[in-house]
Amino acid sequence: MKIAVCINYVPDTASKIKLTDDNRIDENGLSYVINPFDEFAIEEALKTKEKFGGEIFAISAGNDAKKEGIKKALAMGVDNGILLKYDGYMDPFNIADNLAAQIKTLGSNIVFFGRQSVDYDNGITGLLTAELLNYNCISIVTKLDIQGNEVTAEREIEGGKEVVKSTLPIVITTQKGLNEPRYATLKGIMASKKKVIEEINITSVSNLVENVSYKLPKVKNPGRILGSDASAVNELVKLLRDEAKII
Amino acid sequence: MNSKILVILEQRENKIKKSSLETIEAAKLFASRLNYNFEALVIGNGIENLDILQNTGLSTLTEYKNSDLELYSPSAYKKIIVEHFNKLSGEIILFANTSFGKDLAPRIAASLKAGCITDCTNFDFSDGNIICSKPIFAGKAISELKVNSPLKVFTIRTNVFKIVPAECKLDIITEHFEAPDLTTKVIEINKQDSKLDVAEADIIISGGRGLKSPENFALVEKLAQAFGAAVGASRAVVDAGWRPHSEQVGQTGKTVSPSLYIACGISGAIQHLAGMSSSKYIVAINKDADAPIFSVADYGITGDVFEILPVLTEQINKLKQ
Ligand SMILES: Cc1cc2nc3c(=O)[nH]c(=O)nc-3n(C[C@H](O)[C@H](O)[C@H](O)COP(=O)(O)OP(=O)(O)OC[C@H]3O[C@@H](n4cnc5c(N)ncnc54)[C@H](O)[C@@H]3O)c2cc1C
Ligand SMILES: Nc1ncnc2c1ncn2[C@@H]1O[C@H](COP(=O)(O)O)[C@@H](O)[C@H]1O
Repeated sequence: MKIAVCINYVPDTASKIKLTDDNRIDENGLSYVINPFDEFAIEEALKTKEKFGGEIFAISAGNDAKKEGIKKALAMGVDNGILLKYDGYMDPFNIADNLAAQIKTLGSNIVFFGRQSVDYDNGITGLLTAELLNYNCISIVTKLDIQGNEVTAEREIEGGKEVVKSTLPIVITTQKGLNEPRYATLKGIMASKKKVIEEINITSVSNLVENVSYKLPKVKNPGRILGSDASAVNELVKLLRDEAKII
Repeated sequence: MNSKILVILEQRENKIKKSSLETIEAAKLFASRLNYNFEALVIGNGIENLDILQNTGLSTLTEYKNSDLELYSPSAYKKIIVEHFNKLSGEIILFANTSFGKDLAPRIAASLKAGCITDCTNFDFSDGNIICSKPIFAGKAISELKVNSPLKVFTIRTNVFKIVPAECKLDIITEHFEAPDLTTKVIEINKQDSKLDVAEADIIISGGRGLKSPENFALVEKLAQAFGAAVGASRAVVDAGWRPHSEQVGQTGKTVSPSLYIACGISGAIQHLAGMSSSKYIVAINKDADAPIFSVADYGITGDVFEILPVLTEQINKLKQ
């Protein structure tokens, strides 16, 4: 069985975002990590392999920098890495199209994605890829059970969890709570150095969505400190009532 | 004239959700700026609160009804919506950016080869283009995007579009839908013990490590109860197992923009601020005057949560009596 896991490599969540003079995201000084949600995807792929056997392929689409993310996945225990290489901008549809083609070539029928990249916050690539592959898909999954062809999962919704039933082939997009991602061991890191990352050049079809410009959010004026003990509560309640009009 | 804009309403237990009314507001904006008609579609098993759609400005609703469709089924819902939209020769589909909209919008976009933008907070219409704003990096920046494809799917961030009543007569068409494709299907919902979810709340009381122990969260819960608010949490206390994942606010938790956010014993790490700094009013209670949470707070108290929360709770309770 071939298990695929699609991963993105994104600016660390502690990054301060600045813009360049021509209103693009200033990438200088940003440090990158595996997209936090994709760590759950990698962990679940590893667990799935532990249960059913097989081989795991980590796939990332983008420039050479994405290789660092793949290397980290290999160090966690993923077997093979594939970089779908391109420069410039591809919209999620374009990326999904290329991921779908690669997954089809591999023939994997269990595919993991993170629920969302924490850079552009689209949260759509896994679902798009599933549709393009004509695979079933359960998104934002916090619990997963695969028995033969049958898949039962829990997905997070407002105010609770939905229990969803589906069948293979399937794309799962992972949410915090599903598992605890393992750390790479020294042995894993050593072993990963011997693994080669296959590079495949991809080309873009026309983008359905394009970015016109970026802005920074309005900065708030610093607020008022009302005091340092319970005597400030009166003033707070008054402001919430008269100024904010919340109570 | 056929509607070019289709709003997908969301029901839970056959009741249309409030966020769907906000999506109607977005449709009204599109309709007025593009000179299009809009209509709505809902899938369920007999909607019980159709009256909330009166005087929203909506004039046509198609209700697809089937006992298997009360609980969400992506495979079935997708097919119904795509077929309905094709019949209309529509151009734009709008969803609320909820777990439902987020799941369904990209599936539909893929079927229609439509560009899809999620979590939109604003639209600008100039030179015949629709320019959509969406927060990225959890609100640390804003991206302005254009969809190049003729068909377009958007999900609208909740709590952004204000509901404005508009007199209107509503026509409801009921379609009994037979033999839906139930390949992927919700079989049950496990409700979290009737608590309000941070993603839907208008007021959120959040607690962090400053509360010192899971038991002390009772202070946060009591204040939340007084306000009729949801309880939120920082990642530190979620990772410690004090609170469930569903309450985590921040870049890797939920992004929220309630009318009021009260942060209790939360330092205000950049990942936390990312998820809540667009709240309308922010109150911070933290004994460290240098805590970064004060940089986004409208009102701050630089004191001890154990002293302040009980007093605040008492005063709110008194006011509400
Ligand atoms: C990849 C990644 C993703 C992350 N995502 C998120 C996220 O989504 N959400 C999130 O919240 N964090 C996130 N974090 C974690 C974030 O960096 C912080 O560690 C976390 O927000 C700190 O939580 P805290 O404010 O509760 O704890 P602390 O930073 O420890 O702050 C506790 C505060 O309580 C105050 N305090 C102590 N005692 C009292 C008292 N008696 N009365 C009043 N105040 C008191 C202290 O002054 C202090 O400011 C993420 C981190 C990483 C690396
Ligand atoms: N360039 C990429 N290469 C591989 N996988 C990706 C890429 N971008 C996004 N993904 C996957 O799609 C998920 C959702 O991403 P997004 O739609 O960008 O928010 C991520 O968590 C990854 O699993």
